[in-house]
Amino acid sequence: MTEDPRPPAAPGKPAPLLPADSGRDRPLFAVAAILVFLACLAALGARGAWTVADGWMADLSGRMTVQILPVDGRDTGADAAEAAGLAQALPGVRRAEAGTRAEAEALLEPWLGGDGLPADLPVPLLVDIELAAMAPATAADLTAALEAAGIPARVDDHARWSEAVVRTARLARLMALGLLALIAGAAAAVIAFAARASLAARQSVVDALHLVGAQDGYIARLFERRFFVLGIRAGIAGAFFAFAIALLVTYGGPGQSEGFIPVWSFSLWDGAVLFLAPVLAGLIAALSARLAVASDLRARW
Amino acid sequence: MPSASPETRADDALESVIRFDGVGMRYGRGPEVLQDISFDLPRGSFQFLTGPSGAGKTSLLKLIYLAQRPSRGLIWHFGRDSSKLHRSDLPDIRRRIGMVFQDFRTLDHLSVFENVALPLRVAGRKRKEYADDVAELIHWVGLGDKMDAHPQTLSGGEQQRVAIARAVVGQPELLVADEPTGNVDPAMARRLLRLFTELNRLGTTILIATHDITLVRALDVPIMSLADGRLSTGRRKASA
Repeated sequence: MTEDPRPPAAPGKPAPLLPADSGRDRPLFAVAAILVFLACLAALGARGAWTVADGWMADLSGRMTVQILPVDGRDTGADAAEAAGLAQALPGVRRAEAGTRAEAEALLEPWLGGDGLPADLPVPLLVDIELAAMAPATAADLTAALEAAGIPARVDDHARWSEAVVRTARLARLMALGLLALIAGAAAAVIAFAARASLAARQSVVDALHLVGAQDGYIARLFERRFFVLGIRAGIAGAFFAFAIALLVTYGGPGQSEGFIPVWSFSLWDGAVLFLAPVLAGLIAALSARLAVASDLRARW
Repeated sequence: MPSASPETRADDALESVIRFDGVGMRYGRGPEVLQDISFDLPRGSFQFLTGPSGAGKTSLLKLIYLAQRPSRGLIWHFGRDSSKLHRSDLPDIRRRIGMVFQDFRTLDHLSVFENVALPLRVAGRKRKEYADDVAELIHWVGLGDKMDAHPQTLSGGEQQRVAIARAVVGQPELLVADEPTGNVDPAMARRLLRLFTELNRLGTTILIATHDITLVRALDVPIMSLADGRLSTGRRKASA
């Protein structure tokens, strides 16, 4: 062995200390991307449940309906008009509008057909009342006024519906958020499992690093970075597919609301969710990997 | 080893780089592979460790570089009782020990340069601070033209030299080498021995485990012999 006259220059860029995965992480990437996709859908679902519940509540709160009961010898139409006048005169009522028999028949059309009802068939009429935002009138106020005027009527302040809607909306939100938490937990568990497998597969590298004096934290950070990047990449893929689904629902779904079925619209909030999803996926992956590797290394001495 | 109080033994251990006191070791519930091992590696000393295959040399080296704990007895590393070490203390001690393994333990995905620079990189040194020194050391062990090569493309002897360069690059206080000349030709063996003696002259404590009787005869230094897990000490006069 002869000594070279001059030492050659040192190579420039440091190589990564963990070897490339050469395809070993592909299934994990696919699983993580699918989990992020599902998490995005759950988050968008939670947002949708929130929006729909708000819409339902806006429709139900701030309104009352008076049902004018048909009674022999009384003119239901006149009663409805008088009731609307009485309601309008009450403090805390913004607007009161008596419905006509034609409008009542239109409401009954889905059940009784569109051929027209016999003129002598008594049909209750509705008075739609919009309440003031500040100090709205109560059902008791309106009932008292109608009773004083001798108008046979039933006042519905939608309290029964409101409570049911609030309960349903709360349940939908909880379910969506619970689903989100479960998916995040599943993602963390999968990454932790994969990180441990990755650590085992790179045992010789870890041994060599320990041998030259690497701290456990130093080694854990190598895995943390590796899985952060994997989480980000899987997050981008999952969020992209969720975005595609959201666009499909927005532009390929019903154009307008049909009954209780909400119209899906892609909002800024949805965009923020999809934008943050890869970052969160990366952070969850990094944290899970770090904790798993650190706990595995701690158990070795 | 004479019996003494724990305080006295600890004081003595401060003068030693490594001190074993009545050490026994077994794997799991198997028989003891090392029995009643007691010795000192005084700071700045040069010693050989010899013995037939299966005598327990590798197990003893594992205890020195903290890959195993003893089943009984006490070991001091640089004056510290290893039984009281916390896991977080190990890296600092390992950085003071340069290890050369018989099977090299180089990392195939890293170049020769990256392998040799590994201890400095792990210690948090900046690349521009060490790049020239590492390149010079690689050049010195005769691999200057293979700095970018990966270990799997090198011969056994070349990998051995990468492992040795990695062990010495951090200027450790203790260099432990397991059969460091097992894969190199006699000329390179003499060159590596010169490197070890030069390091020793600069203050590094050296322990070389070897079968190579030529290597052992080349120096007049203490020899520890392991046989059936028991240690004896002696000295062989250097040959001409």
